[in-house]
Amino acid sequence: MDTSIYIAQDQLFVPHMANVPADHIVHRYFLTTSNIFLLLPWYAVADIQVQKAQLEIGEMLPLSKFSFGGHATWNQAYPQLLCYIIYLLSILRCGVDVGGGSVRQGSPDPVVPQHRLRSASPLARPHLQRSPPALVLRYIGSLLLPIARRSIVLVLLLWSPALLIVDHIHFQYNGYLLGILLLSLSFLEEGRDLAAGIAFSVLICSKHLFLIAAPLYFVYLLRHYCRGSLWKASGRFLIMGGVVGAVFVAAFGPFFYYGQIQQVLSRLFPFGRGLCHAYWAPNFWVFYIVIDKLLAVVLSKLGFDIPSPEASFTGGLVGNSSHFAVLPQVTPLITFVTVLLSMSPCLIKAFQKPQAKHLIRWVAYAFTCGFMFGWHVHEKASLHFTIPLAVISVDSLNDARHYFLLSIVSCYSMFPLLFEPQEYPIKVLLLTLYAIAMWIGFSSYFKLVVVPAEDKAHTPSASDREETFIGKFGTIYLLGLLGVELWGQLLHPYIFGSSLPFLPLMMISIYCAIGMVCSWAWQLRQILQRT
Amino acid sequence: MFDDIHPMARKTEARGSAAAASGRHTPADVDGVAASSFLWSTTVLAPSTAVAVALFALLIRLLVSLGPYSGQGTPSMYGDYEAQRHWMEITLHTPTAEWYRNTAANNLSYWGLDYPPLTAYQSLAHAFLINASIPESLALSSSRGFESHKSKLAMRWTVLSSDLLVLFPAAIYFVSVYFRRNVGGDAKGRSSPWFLAMILLNPCLILIDHGHFQYNCISLGLTLGAIAAILSQKEITASILFCLAINHKQMSLYYAPAFFSHLLGKCFRRKNPIFEVLKLGLVVIGIFALVWWPYIHSVQSVMEVIHRLAPFERGVFEDYVANFWCSTSMLIKWKRIFTISTMRFICSIATILAFFPSFVQQIKSPSDLGFLYSLLNSSFSFYLFSYQVHEKSILLPLLPASLLALQEPTLFGWLINCSLLSMYPLVCRDKLSLQYGSVLALFALIFYAPHGKQHGRVDKSSTKRVALLTVGLICSAVLHLVYLGLEPPKRYPFLFEALIMSFCFSQFVIYTVYTNIKQWMLLDHSSLKMRVKKDS
Repeated sequence: MDTSIYIAQDQLFVPHMANVPADHIVHRYFLTTSNIFLLLPWYAVADIQVQKAQLEIGEMLPLSKFSFGGHATWNQAYPQLLCYIIYLLSILRCGVDVGGGSVRQGSPDPVVPQHRLRSASPLARPHLQRSPPALVLRYIGSLLLPIARRSIVLVLLLWSPALLIVDHIHFQYNGYLLGILLLSLSFLEEGRDLAAGIAFSVLICSKHLFLIAAPLYFVYLLRHYCRGSLWKASGRFLIMGGVVGAVFVAAFGPFFYYGQIQQVLSRLFPFGRGLCHAYWAPNFWVFYIVIDKLLAVVLSKLGFDIPSPEASFTGGLVGNSSHFAVLPQVTPLITFVTVLLSMSPCLIKAFQKPQAKHLIRWVAYAFTCGFMFGWHVHEKASLHFTIPLAVISVDSLNDARHYFLLSIVSCYSMFPLLFEPQEYPIKVLLLTLYAIAMWIGFSSYFKLVVVPAEDKAHTPSASDREETFIGKFGTIYLLGLLGVELWGQLLHPYIFGSSLPFLPLMMISIYCAIGMVCSWAWQLRQILQRT
Repeated sequence: MFDDIHPMARKTEARGSAAAASGRHTPADVDGVAASSFLWSTTVLAPSTAVAVALFALLIRLLVSLGPYSGQGTPSMYGDYEAQRHWMEITLHTPTAEWYRNTAANNLSYWGLDYPPLTAYQSLAHAFLINASIPESLALSSSRGFESHKSKLAMRWTVLSSDLLVLFPAAIYFVSVYFRRNVGGDAKGRSSPWFLAMILLNPCLILIDHGHFQYNCISLGLTLGAIAAILSQKEITASILFCLAINHKQMSLYYAPAFFSHLLGKCFRRKNPIFEVLKLGLVVIGIFALVWWPYIHSVQSVMEVIHRLAPFERGVFEDYVANFWCSTSMLIKWKRIFTISTMRFICSIATILAFFPSFVQQIKSPSDLGFLYSLLNSSFSFYLFSYQVHEKSILLPLLPASLLALQEPTLFGWLINCSLLSMYPLVCRDKLSLQYGSVLALFALIFYAPHGKQHGRVDKSSTKRVALLTVGLICSAVLHLVYLGLEPPKRYPFLFEALIMSFCFSQFVIYTVYTNIKQWMLLDHSSLKMRVKKDS
């Protein structure tokens, strides 16, 4: 399908691939693949009933009835993948479904509430119900990933534990989406701006959350693609607009035709839902909530009358309205403005000097801003910037160090997604293996590259390098991460038993949020200094 | 363990910095190494790479252990999983003296213990652990056929932890000793992480232990530790470990001729051969006495145990095994022609004849490499000719074969392929085909990892050999497909199994004839060396 064309394109045109022998690429693909296949029995444990229901729905549903309003939505989580037309549609429009898929995770669903999911045996885990075509699609999607400079980046991308957890255990389509994003980025780096624009609009039509980078793309393409004389520039502008518009028409046209666009939009932009997801994404708002809570406690102790809001942030499920007790309320508009403001440095930089070599950094930063300040952000959204940052992680030792810490934090923040005992060792092993692989890869890479370039007499000993690779702050931070995990797994059940079940989750969120804020600040500094 | 590795790591560090200081790295060279190396480039086992490989092997085991186990949800007898669970139940609730005796509580016809006492102790230890969390899964007699998600997880973890505690350290120990002693000759251009991965990622072992459900990792790990101890000249440690291995699974006796001949040959070269032999003999007797302590007080109870360990009445082979008796039984009905006792005699003679050459070679000139070959040859002779062999027993020859992976890489890969094929009917019965395919693919990919084994070796192999391997590969692929896709004719319901077994048998015979010749060629080689030394 479309995806295979992408693969062909990226093999043909991406010059970065030249460094990696083809057999290595194939080898690594299949190494990951066979691993992914080992994960299969997990999601192949489909409840036959649900499978059958999905098959019946997907049999040949006309587009006009392809409705996803009301409450009947999540039963047909990925129904359209089962027949060809709907399958094709889903490639363009699976954003709706992906959104739907994640809605199910946290929404107070009357049918299957979260706590029942927790106690359900794995044989009847409803959110793991899936159909073979969905698997194939996502599998092809993960093949799209490697648009890599060097073999090490290929490994970083393919083995990303967060991606494996979210896609292959938790079941989403991020491999496919991020593949298109990387494709678009590599087009930009090569200067093939039109192709990049198409890829990016396909991406947005697949998952609207990538819209966060749209301002940056707009500014960059405006300045880089639509340059030259006024006549030429406006011509190019029209071409780009037409092409992007065509993609959007193809994706959303049918829904206009059937008059369902209202429903589509309301599903796409669920502003009715709270600021934070049930399980908080580790972003800026975590601090806001925590400070609000603390202030509320302190002030009520001091004798002020603080109305305690009904929908608590810590209740596990998020209602439509989450009120702050003390601090001013946060509205979608405020988050929108904060996101725009925070990403303005890279917009200005892109406007002043639209250089392709800094582009990945800018895009990653834009996604970071969206993640830090956005409305109802999912913890999985941190993939949107960790994956592009993996590509530039070999640019310098600092980038490598940053990526090392960031990828660990980002993956760790997704740990609560997998809560079953049999999944626990797997997620831990995936992360540990990845960390060790990064460690070995980066230190051998930078040892070989950096040391000979320096003074020949001075060759740092192994212990020196080990200290400087992560740095003191990083070591302390990672030890703290270990502490948080040990607390949640061992000490908390020992001390509190089953009471305060949200406390470990909260600690994970807050602790990861600290790391995320540092990463955001670091990226901002890099952008201000280096680009 | 890691103390062994550290000094070597430091050595490469020094070498690396020396190379860096002399500035021999050209940029292209640097990029090439960095891009491709990742894990495989080093010939020395650094702690971080060892940990990475071990964790990867653990991850694969974990993923395989998610799959079904033997006899899952098939009442009345279930499978090996139930056998292990039942042993835990028996050892937990009945006195030690009654473990091998038919009593009211212990009905030996329902998965009676048929392994030596160490297995029983191991079951008891695991039973304590599981009893602490899920006592109902081990309740006496009422828990028969107990299956729950939680208990499966707990049982899986007992295997995983024993694997981690026994086989993994033994493998790391072995690899470090192998490279330190330079067993394989010129170690240049060989990759120790690759070697470690070959030992740890043995797909047959993973499937049987973590899919089918057994504890082979313990006896194999103990044996591997013993082998490593012998390579590092610690004969007493080796004897202790090997005795423990025998006492865990009597199948470890397959290696006994190799251990015996190697140690005997070594003792003959010392000053006081009789004293040395006596010393080792005492160690062996001591260990056996210790393990069999609850039973050695009366001849009757010892005989009870021994009778359980040697179930001769079960016939010369069960199911379908790729050995001589099973493969030729299509032509000659061994079971009909001979009585059990005659058959037993014939089997013993055939086995002794088969391992005799390698036995003699090791007494004549014991050497490290020769020892590894002789382990392979003696275990193969037992697998092919001894009485009562299971298809799972192929794991025993596979262990020394994996230890020779750097010597015989192509043949090792081929052997793994054939052994997997020989277990394929079993795997299909356990519904582990997906895991089978995955671990086979994983193994193949790591086996052919870029920069893994020495590239020169591949070039050496002649076109004839390649053609032979290709034909074999096609045969095995066809057999897989036939077994999966075709219905066997009604007159011969086990036709395909028999075909698979005879194919595998033929491959195994070729393999072991070759390795026997190789072992004897080592003798010529070493005597040649000695002659050269004498001349000079």
